[in-house]
Amino acid sequence: MTATKLSKAATHDHASRIFDLDVSSLRELNQALHNLTPGSNETAWEVLHPKGSHSVAVGVDQPVTIDVRGSVGYYCGGMNSGSTITVHGSAGPGVGENMMSGSIIVKGDASQYAGATGRGGLLVIEGNASSRCGISMKGIDIVVHGNIGHMSAFMAQSGNLVVLGDAGDALGDSIYEARLFVRGKVDSLGADCIAKEMRPEHLQLLQGLLDRAGVTGVKPTEFKRYGSARTLYNFNIDNADAY
Amino acid sequence: MCGIVGLFLKDKSLEPKLGAMLSEMLVSLSDRGPDSAGIAIYGAPSGNEAKITIQSAKPARDFRDLDTELAKAIGAPVSIAVKSTHAVVRTTPAKIDEAREAIQALRPDIRIMGAGDVVEIYKEVGLPEAVVDRFDVRKMAGTHGIGHTRMATESAVTTMGAHPFSTGADQCLVHNGSLSNHNNVRRELIREGMKFETENDTEVAAAYLSSQMAHGKNLGEALEGTLSDLDGFFTFVVGTKNGFGVVRDPIACKPAVMAETDQYVAFGSEYRALTKLPGIDNARVWEPEPATVYFWEH
Repeated sequence: MTATKLSKAATHDHASRIFDLDVSSLRELNQALHNLTPGSNETAWEVLHPKGSHSVAVGVDQPVTIDVRGSVGYYCGGMNSGSTITVHGSAGPGVGENMMSGSIIVKGDASQYAGATGRGGLLVIEGNASSRCGISMKGIDIVVHGNIGHMSAFMAQSGNLVVLGDAGDALGDSIYEARLFVRGKVDSLGADCIAKEMRPEHLQLLQGLLDRAGVTGVKPTEFKRYGSARTLYNFNIDNADAY
Repeated sequence: MCGIVGLFLKDKSLEPKLGAMLSEMLVSLSDRGPDSAGIAIYGAPSGNEAKITIQSAKPARDFRDLDTELAKAIGAPVSIAVKSTHAVVRTTPAKIDEAREAIQALRPDIRIMGAGDVVEIYKEVGLPEAVVDRFDVRKMAGTHGIGHTRMATESAVTTMGAHPFSTGADQCLVHNGSLSNHNNVRRELIREGMKFETENDTEVAAAYLSSQMAHGKNLGEALEGTLSDLDGFFTFVVGTKNGFGVVRDPIACKPAVMAETDQYVAFGSEYRALTKLPGIDNARVWEPEPATVYFWEH
């Protein structure tokens, strides 16, 4: 008797907990995720019918996996701390905004400011990302399989942005110390962003990022590195007339 | 914020459902703007009738006997279909300008929402759900339409400040964003003879496009002009008698998603607006590029 009960419980623990947003509210989903405590057995979650909902799985702070079956709206996975979120669709503006750790994988495209202000973790966009990807990034790693839009990595402070396709205008405008690796063409570089030499440590770093993002068949040597010329770090008296 | 939607049908079998589809799209974006909402529907052309959509704060007083008085004033048959605070006046196309002037002479408090061979425009303060219910938009058929739910920034929350704005026959526009040089452009357009009903920035954009098209440009060329002549934030969705266009400013902060199938081209401020469209799971879904004009014509 006891054995049967145990085996049932075990089966239940290993199955995904499914939230259908046609039936349950978004608030119930996020509250359930926030109620998770360290060591919880509810490690696999599945979200059905997101239909462009905002703020799906924001603020998760436990190392669970969350599979979102469909496209999401604003801020999916924002502030993520340790969970692995896969969006089986496209993501609206601000996916992974201010992520701390863990990973977010978007199978489709991502809208504006993907990974904005992210402090850690890995954001993978398997399609294209639009404008302002990685704006003000502060330590996050972002890997985009396709292209990124204009003003990406604006004021990026640290972390790595890897783009297998092309980058739009004004890449890395006013960049601090983030590293940008672009395989395709760059429409234009923003103020104080320059092409830099790819040294062995960068090739090694990039290989590691590609491996973590599950990218195969692409060599680090195919990329160019961009970063800060560091000319905006200090006020230049010759520019005083501009203010 | 503001939420905007647009739907351009390619498949004629969907035309009876245009009002229902567009209403659904707009209602899904209600939380992007609770102040006012509006919809423009392009119906099938009847060939021998043109339409003027009018609005009054006192419809019982202003719409009573307007048909007979107007018919007498312009010497042509007139019919009026009243829907809440709005009414659609139908008369012969040749008499449309005369009818417009006569309406304003006979009923000074009536506001003209728009006019043309096919367009009908309904807009009021309130949530999209209330507005589409009030005007029975879900039952309307048509070939294409645009809609807007407003979070007011540039001018007062009034019926006239609601979108769509129409400044030319069968032309109208909805806007998400705010323009910074609208006062200058308005002054230039007034000098050209354009008339304005409000202090609203979006009305200036609508009038700008009408003026460009009056000078012989097509919709695509007119939209191209907004990129150099209008300053500010904008995503515009525009309807003409047989066309539908979209343009975003070069910075493109204001969100936009489009979907296309064999049956339709659809626009939404967010993907949420598109989720109930037929075949959306297999549609081509994309974000319109900044400073790039998209337009479709029947």
